[in-house]
Amino acid sequence: MDKIKLTIDNMPVEVVKGTTIFQAARQVGINIPALCYMNLEHLGVENRPGACRICVVEVEGRRNLAPSCSTDCTEGMVVKTNTPKVLNARKVVMELILSNHPNDCLACPSNNKCELQTLAATLGIREIPMVENAAMSTYRKDHSLSLQRDMDKCILCRRCETMCNDVQTVGALGTINRGFISVVAPAFEQDLADSSCVFCGQCVAVCPTGALTRTDDTGRVFKALADPTKTVVVQTAPAVRAALGEEFGIKPGTSVTGKMAAALRRLGFDKVFDTDFAADLTIMEEGTELLGRIGAFLGGDTSVKLPLLTSCCPAWINFFEQNYSDMLDQPSTAKSPQQMFGAVAKNYLAKKMGVKREDLVVVSVMPCIAKKYECTRKEFSVDGNPDVDISISTVELASMIKMANIDFVSLPDEDFDHPLGESTGAAVIFGATGGVMEAAVRTAYEVFTGKTLERLDFKELRGFEGIRTASVDFNGTTVNVCIAHQLGNARKVMDGVRSGELNFHAIEVMACPGGCIGGAGQPYHLGDSSVLKARAESLYKEDADKPLRKSHENPYITKLYEEFLGEPMSELAHHLLHTHYFDKHHKI
Amino acid sequence: MKIELHDSHIRQIKEICDSFDNNPGELINVLHKTQNVFGYLPEEIQRVIARNLGIPVTRVYGVVSFYSFFTMKPKGKYAVSLCMGTACYVRGAEDVLDELKKELGIEVGGVTEDGKFSLDCLRCVGACGLAPVLMIGEKVYGRLTPSMVKGVLAEYE
Repeated sequence: MDKIKLTIDNMPVEVVKGTTIFQAARQVGINIPALCYMNLEHLGVENRPGACRICVVEVEGRRNLAPSCSTDCTEGMVVKTNTPKVLNARKVVMELILSNHPNDCLACPSNNKCELQTLAATLGIREIPMVENAAMSTYRKDHSLSLQRDMDKCILCRRCETMCNDVQTVGALGTINRGFISVVAPAFEQDLADSSCVFCGQCVAVCPTGALTRTDDTGRVFKALADPTKTVVVQTAPAVRAALGEEFGIKPGTSVTGKMAAALRRLGFDKVFDTDFAADLTIMEEGTELLGRIGAFLGGDTSVKLPLLTSCCPAWINFFEQNYSDMLDQPSTAKSPQQMFGAVAKNYLAKKMGVKREDLVVVSVMPCIAKKYECTRKEFSVDGNPDVDISISTVELASMIKMANIDFVSLPDEDFDHPLGESTGAAVIFGATGGVMEAAVRTAYEVFTGKTLERLDFKELRGFEGIRTASVDFNGTTVNVCIAHQLGNARKVMDGVRSGELNFHAIEVMACPGGCIGGAGQPYHLGDSSVLKARAESLYKEDADKPLRKSHENPYITKLYEEFLGEPMSELAHHLLHTHYFDKHHKI
Repeated sequence: MKIELHDSHIRQIKEICDSFDNNPGELINVLHKTQNVFGYLPEEIQRVIARNLGIPVTRVYGVVSFYSFFTMKPKGKYAVSLCMGTACYVRGAEDVLDELKKELGIEVGGVTEDGKFSLDCLRCVGACGLAPVLMIGEKVYGRLTPSMVKGVLAEYE
């Protein structure tokens, strides 16, 4: 490959042809600031529209300043990144951006987490001189169940557009109009709720300002906790424990399960349960369903729907209902773990605790903001009372812990409550891409063959490759599975399934890169894939350390079937733990 | 405003898209041709185009809302466009505009109740020597004064 030599701030640099000044500078430890630039190497996605002009640098012999993110290095180039001319230009650009940006930082949901705010501090902005002349636009605020749009705070960096269109292929967000009134919005300036938005929230996860933020439901939880007439129970999703610590300065990849349980108890939850329990339950139902379909298929039933598609991820289900409404009987009918937990809590636990359904409040802590939408779906409520009342994200839980003056780091490790707090290792790995499939294989194998698995680690199902396939030998019967994460990859797989090109028995889909550990409810990692890897490792380690690692061995699951549900896919199980899907093709 | 598209309309749009090989890179040409046929580009038409070209409707709307040439509102049978470019403006286009609004009883961007006339402003048609300039459909009227407006419109009664 051709090498190019240049100097940046008097330092010699050697780079491959095609490298930008911005990237070359990083090689020698110079981090040129930028607002629009985003490089998600693990996804192969780069956003560099050259929009913000913050990254300008001086190039010897060039008349004007060069945007370093979109200027390639050339042989012998002499670059200066911090001359008075450069610093002044950056400051002016920043002042112009700020001149038409709301100055309500103290009350902004992105306060202290805002790249614009941080950069203003870095660049030493002390006044915003052009405010009087700026054309301030006031766009309609868009409040959806999962995320909030405040386009007055948008700096048109287009990162969200890249996530929505290139990574997720949802296409809900685009830049419309022009000039001062240009804005990132759904088609026809519809509300997100009416658009093709699937609420994956990956746009929120990359927004450098407070233009796109998570919907905040912490106030509703505090209110429920303070209500003496309510019994409030909480469930926490697998991926939450792998990331919550980051909000308290703990190294990424540190599992904080015990501290989290302790914190939830101190917040005042009456019972601290685990979505992992419901994940084990999901495997019982979904695994049985899969074996049923495979069995029927092997028995010659040609009407059976294969592949079975996992149904845990609400953003994926939204995406599916819009884009693949001709295949509505394809996904597993099993509800997601969040909703299974809700159904069991409101129909089984409430009776056990002697609490009326309407007096039991079920809160979920999720790595996800689509879950906020999911729990409001009509089919998941009885006479207007939802199975899951409130869903908050990992970051919202962290903010509640801080608001409640709890010193998280020094908390002791505590256990979950019973009966809905017991789980196996199979459930813990639900949080990483491939985890649901691995958990399903562990149980399905043993049920199908009647034999005990010799090795529990299916390494071939793990990893971060966007689309992975594997064949698992079920004692002579080969089961072909596929795993996709990111909706763009899901689309590739599903188009292949629809055309008949791809044949699998089961496909796991997670909307977010990396699976739930990379969800929009988690602390943002902004392209640092080492954070995702560390989170995944912590889940696999927790799985390996568990005494029980197969869902069907969870003693409380066995008890639940004995006491209440009968057997997997029984009539009652069908009624409480399964769902159906809707045609939403009109939204795209 | 929701409109109902007939199957024949949907077929017509499909034919236009087909004529450009359903290539998303031809979006502007597709929109241009479609607007020529239908007179305007309502939401429903944009959705059909998006599906045919296999792109999100947001992208179609992004282009439609960017270029002032594209319109989402139906135009009158006779589209009246007054140039408000520099030359026309300094030679009294604004007075002509006031007269047009009065005569037609509509504002800029509006359509008369009978659907006959619509009124728009544009920037420079390249006939500055004739300023102020008015266009009705493809026909150009030059050196206009407010007193001439009534007579010009009468040609279309």
